[in-house]
Amino acid sequence: MKMRFVDEFRNPELIRKTLDEIERIIEPDDHFRIMEACGGHTYSIFHFGLQELLPKNIEFIHGPGCPVCVLPPGRVDEGLEIASKNSDVIFTAFGDVMRVPGKKGSPLNYKAMGTDVRMIYSPLDALNIAMKNPDKKVILFAIGFETTAPSTAITVLKAKELDIDNFFVYSNHVKIVPVLKSILDQPNMRIDGFIGPGHASVVIGAHPYETIAKEYKKPVVISGFEPLDLLQSILMLIKQLKNGESKVEIQYKRVVMEGGNVSALEIMNQVFEDRPAFEWRGLGAIQNSALKLKPEFSKWDAEVQFNVEKITIEENKDAQCGEVLKGMLKPNQCKLFGKVCTPDNPVGALMVSSEGACATYYNHLYSTMSL
Amino acid sequence: MCLAIPGKIIELLDDNLAMIDVSGVRRKVNISLIKHENVQVDDWVLIHVGFAMNKISEEQAKEQLQLLAEIGEEQEALAEVKGYQFE
Ligand code: SF4
Repeated sequence: MKMRFVDEFRNPELIRKTLDEIERIIEPDDHFRIMEACGGHTYSIFHFGLQELLPKNIEFIHGPGCPVCVLPPGRVDEGLEIASKNSDVIFTAFGDVMRVPGKKGSPLNYKAMGTDVRMIYSPLDALNIAMKNPDKKVILFAIGFETTAPSTAITVLKAKELDIDNFFVYSNHVKIVPVLKSILDQPNMRIDGFIGPGHASVVIGAHPYETIAKEYKKPVVISGFEPLDLLQSILMLIKQLKNGESKVEIQYKRVVMEGGNVSALEIMNQVFEDRPAFEWRGLGAIQNSALKLKPEFSKWDAEVQFNVEKITIEENKDAQCGEVLKGMLKPNQCKLFGKVCTPDNPVGALMVSSEGACATYYNHLYSTMSL
Repeated sequence: MCLAIPGKIIELLDDNLAMIDVSGVRRKVNISLIKHENVQVDDWVLIHVGFAMNKISEEQAKEQLQLLAEIGEEQEALAEVKGYQFE
């Protein structure tokens, strides 16, 4: 097997050749709108300045693949309210969630007001906190696409195995393919092809994207994160588009297997089932787009064990997170961008996470301006 | 959250855990998700939220480490690995 080396993905000559090939097959009248589904890809595209290297008639539309960005407003508050009303409850979540603004504040604000909020790096950390604090109830505010859901699933199985009854999952796990389909279903939406997420596809493989290729006739190329990975993926997409094809291809073959990670899929299906519908920020309710614990695990399901009060939030009417998430506006076209909404004082979650399109734009614009 | 962290398996432990090394930082991660890949000491794996997601080659691992360093996420990745508190 031919080994690929790091330098190969930074090799200026290979990058040049790929760009030349893209320029060779694209014609002046073409205009391709390509959505990169994953926030990690958005970050790489900006960081390496790929948009500037590519012909102007290839446009990137930034997709919804940032787990905190797509949480409907109110969701974090619902979890926090349980913890703030019950002094024996500990709220745990990944760092990305900690600064998401809510109705009364972010998890960090709640913490400052006395709620027991703890940042974790792994779902297993939350289980560990539960084991060390048997007189407390620990809620794991679980987020993430299929990349993360299997890890939460194993943690639930572990809680069952060890018979831990003070650990509860508040599941916000979501699925990538239904949301891409829903974006294609939006009125006035034109996307010509997708750069598929690298790490969620490690779990799900290539097959779930077939419906996008077959029913919607849009090509999907699952891509790595290196500049050359992304350029190769774009070349593969443009070739398909020019040939009138729509297939699912894997560019990131050195990491993603066609069939995904079979063990991870099995464990995920053992613990989770589809919710009939789940609310997404800016996109509304999408059928079968999110995961909840199966009834046999309801003992560990925070939504079953606690009285969750549904919280809806009036959003700042100038916030255009929904349009940005759907790719209808670029982040810097939002009325609040950079003025009212900044990474230090975020109005929407897209400005919070380093994978959020608004934070990526802001940091990029800011760092080029200050040079 | 999207970017996975590469680590090398130093020791296989009980309970589906393994000791891994990420740029000199050693922590336990859970390997249940890659049991079918028959992991061994010295294998490289991609880590996400405390779990090994798949086996990768050493070259892939180095590439991923360089990418993390280059986009300024290496410190965050190490903070994540250092932060795993489970036993
Ligand atoms: S700039 Fe702020 S308010 Fe506007 S879309 Fe981005 S996160 Fe939402």
